Amino acid sequence: MAVREINVVWLQGGGCSGCSVSLLNAARPSARNLLVDQFLPGMHLSLKYHPTLMAGQGDAAFEVLDGLPEGGFVLALEGAIPENEAFCTIGESDGREVSILEKFLDLAPKASLVLAVGTCAAFGGIPAGTPNPGAFRSAKDILDKHGVGTPVVNVPGCPPHPDWISATVLEYLAVGDGIALDALQRPLIIYGQLIHENCPRRPYFDEGKFAEKPGDPECLHKVGCKGPITYADCPLREWNDGLNWCIKAGAPCQGCTQPEFIDLMTPIYQELDEDRMPRIGEEATVGEKDE
Amino acid sequence: MSKIIIDPVTRIEGHLRVEVEQEGGRITEARCSGTLARGLELVFGGRDPRDIPILAQRICGVCPQAHATASALALDEAFGLADQVPPNGSLLRDVMLAANFLQSHVLHFYHLAALDYVDVTAVAGYERRDANLRAVSDFLARGVLEPFVPRYEGDYRLSREQNVEAVRHYLGALEVRKNCHEMLALFGGKMPHQCTVNVGGVTTQVSRDKVAAALSYAREIADFVADCYLPDILMLAGAYPDYLEIGRGCSRFLAYGAFGDRDLFIGGLAGADLAYEALDPDRITEDVKNSYYADGADGLHPSAGRTEPEPGKEGAYSWLKAPRYGGQPCEVGPLARMMVGYAGGSAGLKEAVDGLCAAARIEPGALNSTLGRHAARALEASIIARKVQDWILELQPGEPCVIPVEVPQEGSGAGLTGAPRGALGHWVRIEGAKVANYQAVVPTTWNGSPRDAAGAPGPMEQAMENETIRDVDNPFEVVRTIRSFDPCLACSVHVARRKGAWTATLPV
Repeated sequence: MAVREINVVWLQGGGCSGCSVSLLNAARPSARNLLVDQFLPGMHLSLKYHPTLMAGQGDAAFEVLDGLPEGGFVLALEGAIPENEAFCTIGESDGREVSILEKFLDLAPKASLVLAVGTCAAFGGIPAGTPNPGAFRSAKDILDKHGVGTPVVNVPGCPPHPDWISATVLEYLAVGDGIALDALQRPLIIYGQLIHENCPRRPYFDEGKFAEKPGDPECLHKVGCKGPITYADCPLREWNDGLNWCIKAGAPCQGCTQPEFIDLMTPIYQELDEDRMPRIGEEATVGEKDE
Repeated sequence: MSKIIIDPVTRIEGHLRVEVEQEGGRITEARCSGTLARGLELVFGGRDPRDIPILAQRICGVCPQAHATASALALDEAFGLADQVPPNGSLLRDVMLAANFLQSHVLHFYHLAALDYVDVTAVAGYERRDANLRAVSDFLARGVLEPFVPRYEGDYRLSREQNVEAVRHYLGALEVRKNCHEMLALFGGKMPHQCTVNVGGVTTQVSRDKVAAALSYAREIADFVADCYLPDILMLAGAYPDYLEIGRGCSRFLAYGAFGDRDLFIGGLAGADLAYEALDPDRITEDVKNSYYADGADGLHPSAGRTEPEPGKEGAYSWLKAPRYGGQPCEVGPLARMMVGYAGGSAGLKEAVDGLCAAARIEPGALNSTLGRHAARALEASIIARKVQDWILELQPGEPCVIPVEVPQEGSGAGLTGAPRGALGHWVRIEGAKVANYQAVVPTTWNGSPRDAAGAPGPMEQAMENETIRDVDNPFEVVRTIRSFDPCLACSVHVARRKGAWTATLPV
């Protein structure tokens, strides 16, 4: 079978490389599939540029970014982008250090899609936490501010599950701009439901049986669970090849796929205010009446 | 005299730039620059202290567990319950940290460093019975070779058979490092960035089936280290013996100790002569003369430091500060832990080092080199992969792993441990039940530091200086030596809060 090459350019801004490491945890498809064969059916992701994995370095590596085909690559961003450019430079060109802001704005208009991988790229995330010393911003914020219209799909999570990345790319390649996104540019196939809606500890919540401390087996609502305001499929998919996930391990959901992460998702172990809890049953009733 | 600039240095964690001045191939001066600052310690300030182990691990996506552990240890002390963590809690922290060490070491050697020595294209035409290698052969036949090209060309010395075997292990190691994360996630919920290690223990439960699963993972990983990782290091030593001669750093080694069993991985200092010196954390200071911070803050202890960011400061070239011990640069990492353990009387480490040196037919002193760092890292992986099996079997299913905690109004604590890349320290002070001051002094700040106030280069810089580059268009010697330190730049630059006011203190 002929294998189609999908060009991917992966830039790293203000992040921790955890999204790249999570991508390497891919099980089915696997990391081997990612690097040398079909990560998606009939398609190989050709990592033209990936600072953690690529063999080249220095000029030879950085010059790869000068010869990319217009409209012929997916631009993945890991990490947030500091508007204070001195906080992150990513290479040298023509005797000058080039900031992530400059290189991202250079490449994004030429990309077919900007994939904001992880919560830092999607929403600002950890480095954008108060007081945000480097003025770190999300990919979408930067592109909107500079009037760049390349489509953006966010794949948040700290880090995102590897399946979320592969599923999103596959969905986009299959249906293009028809990909179903929520108001935060997240694919509904992954982020369509609240953690709380699919939580296996939900019966405890409904019965009012609450954990007294993290690690206890009951509902973690009283010890700060953010599952009621967090959209992701963790309870159904589970992590690390379907082995475990935060609530199953006894920890409250920390809301890491949301733009509120981290300032409005902390304190981690503090119960959500009543006025932030969703009215799941009421919403459903309203929806039925509207129809 | 001409300058070679390598920016970006890839296949490391984070953003690193290296400049070397060379004359006829001989490096006369080397400079390492960290080029990202996020300001995380500043972000940590003012928050609920219990949030910090969860947030602090986000300093690094490769070694999050080390930061979570150091943070939890610092908080245990600040909360006044360092002696109350249940045995299961302490053991779980060790088991999870061990899994993270193994993931990090395997990833570093095979997926970050090996491409400097192994020629992937040697697999072209492979038609035999290993499906992984056939996939690589098919990949090469398609002709679109990223991310394995571009690369430095020339000095690949392994035979075709050796290259094929190494590529087979590169692919096998993808599965092994993934399994290390699964072993950790059994108790941590997910990886990277687990969610259970915190002050007072680990917020999960131990069951018999998880003990059995963890042991199964640990044994498989130990087998890979013994059957592939260590033999591959010896194979490289055979093909690249000159790399046991070059890459010597400052030859002063520092370790804080690691894991609960501090008789195995002990703390202290050692020199190239293997003389041991006990550790006194009060002798740690930091300089900012060549870093992007306002001058006048050299030689201060981290807890009393003053750091005001000054991007573009005249003469400065890095976001990293320059930590020093007793005024001297120190190398940290697996090599440092082996040297300190050897010199300081750790029977387990001495036996392991002697065994490796006998197998490689070298003296322990030869480990102080570019390839020696890889050998020390592999040896450390083999020791941990065996030791963690004991820790797993000491877990008591059904017994508590964490105690209930209350946030104190005031308190302070230090968490000194080992990260995969070397000595790691977190310091916290709590005021009004909030984080008033948070500090992390991390391995790559030691190894990758710029020159200090006295002009002494950092360990990575010293390791490059006086090296001879054979081909200035393909300076393998530079990148092989840098990568032998396993630099992690995300770890090494952050911003700290000082007493009273936020003073945007960058690296530590």
